[in-house]
Amino acid sequence: MSNVPPDLQYTKTHEWVRTLADGIVEVGITDHAQHALGDLVFVEVPEGGRTVAVGDPCAVVESVKAASDVYSPVAGEVTGGNPQLAAEPEVVNSDPYGAGWLMRVRPAQGAALPGLLSAAQYTELLASEE
Amino acid sequence: MGRRTPLFELHRELGARIVDFGGWDMPVQYTSQLNEHHAVRRTAGIFDVSHMCVVDLKGVKVRAFLQKLLANDVGKLRLPGKALYSCMLKESGGVLDDLIVYFLTESWLRVVVNAGTRDKDLAWIRAHADAFGVAVTERADLAMLAVQGPQAREQVSRLLRRDGAQAALELKTFFGREVDGWFIARTGYTGEDGFEIMLPAGEAAGVWRKLNAAGVVSCGLGARDTLRLEAGMNLYGNDMDESTDPLESGLAWTLALEPPDRRFIGRDALESVLAQGSARKLVGLLLEDRGVLRSHQKVSIPGGGTGEITSGTFSPTLERSIAFARVPATTGERVQVDIRGKLLNARVVKPPFVRFGKVLVDLSEKS
Repeated sequence: MSNVPPDLQYTKTHEWVRTLADGIVEVGITDHAQHALGDLVFVEVPEGGRTVAVGDPCAVVESVKAASDVYSPVAGEVTGGNPQLAAEPEVVNSDPYGAGWLMRVRPAQGAALPGLLSAAQYTELLASEE
Repeated sequence: MGRRTPLFELHRELGARIVDFGGWDMPVQYTSQLNEHHAVRRTAGIFDVSHMCVVDLKGVKVRAFLQKLLANDVGKLRLPGKALYSCMLKESGGVLDDLIVYFLTESWLRVVVNAGTRDKDLAWIRAHADAFGVAVTERADLAMLAVQGPQAREQVSRLLRRDGAQAALELKTFFGREVDGWFIARTGYTGEDGFEIMLPAGEAAGVWRKLNAAGVVSCGLGARDTLRLEAGMNLYGNDMDESTDPLESGLAWTLALEPPDRRFIGRDALESVLAQGSARKLVGLLLEDRGVLRSHQKVSIPGGGTGEITSGTFSPTLERSIAFARVPATTGERVQVDIRGKLLNARVVKPPFVRFGKVLVDLSEKS
């Protein structure tokens, strides 16, 4: 059973969103996604200053087998990508909701983040995909 | 639902992720593709390769038949059990398949062909066998296991009776023999020592469990692919197919052009290519920038010309990305590869990248 922390928001494409204290949001891929991808060997994250729209490919995660795009769950300006992942992509596998975050974004429209799923809704989505 | 090997239920029980491979439901990985890869380089791993097609060819003219059918020369096979790697070509010189042929007796040779090409291979073999009076029998009653890694032969030998174990351990590289009702060959597709074992389908799951219990790691097709690419071995359908000939596929070493009067199928076409020289070649690439090479990425040659990656991956042993690429014959040491719109630097290197656990390419940066 995949780990789905209750305090995060999710997308249908298996990203998660955490709202930090200063209104910036942190984005990563879910435990389900990292498990499905398998051992990650290369992660490309966006640089600070880039503007992203909802659904934009914003990062790439590559397992031994294949490359997969990560889509931005929010619109805004990227404040930075996770610098640790260049040398240690496997952190996304071992700690997808913590040290394995991919990017931080300052949302364009303040705190309102439309279209995201709650933990309960995402859990339901996973159940329906099995 | 695809075709299933005799080990399908065991794979599921072991928690394998199952994928379609050439029409077969096969395990791509059990736990971690990286761990499975490293197990084969460092200790031993076991693969289900029962999807491959074992074909027995029998008849007094079987050797002459295969000297016509195959681009390598089974005339080289003199000692019982000796194996030979060969391409089977179309008249055009395009590769129908690559295969291993085992010399069992003067009237009995065995070939092992790829799963994805089984039907067309069998049709092709049968169509040419009649003229030589050769009987073609698919051995669907056999399962095939590959046990590979530095500890593989020792691990398999412990499952055999004492005299059988001794016989198996005495097998030289690229030889096989019958041992206690199994056909055991010292061959493989990983660049490590080990055995490929053809045995009655009903015995395979029991052997697998015993080897697991002794510490041999279950390995999927994912690890098999990274291991073979590191070992510099071609994959049919990726690195060569009916539209490419062996000369532009890194397989010139498998062509037996002597004696000149052995007119194997495809020889005429290859002789015209040889007369002009191949326009393209298959090379190894080592990515010098960060990223992962994948099949079908475009390769740019400095000074003009383009090529294409045929197989690419992250190499778990090198911790760098490696590939095979088909490029113009004039390509030198430096190329660039287009990965998502960025041109990254790669160096042309001579495969294999890894053999017997040792890195064989220079990983230091050159400028």
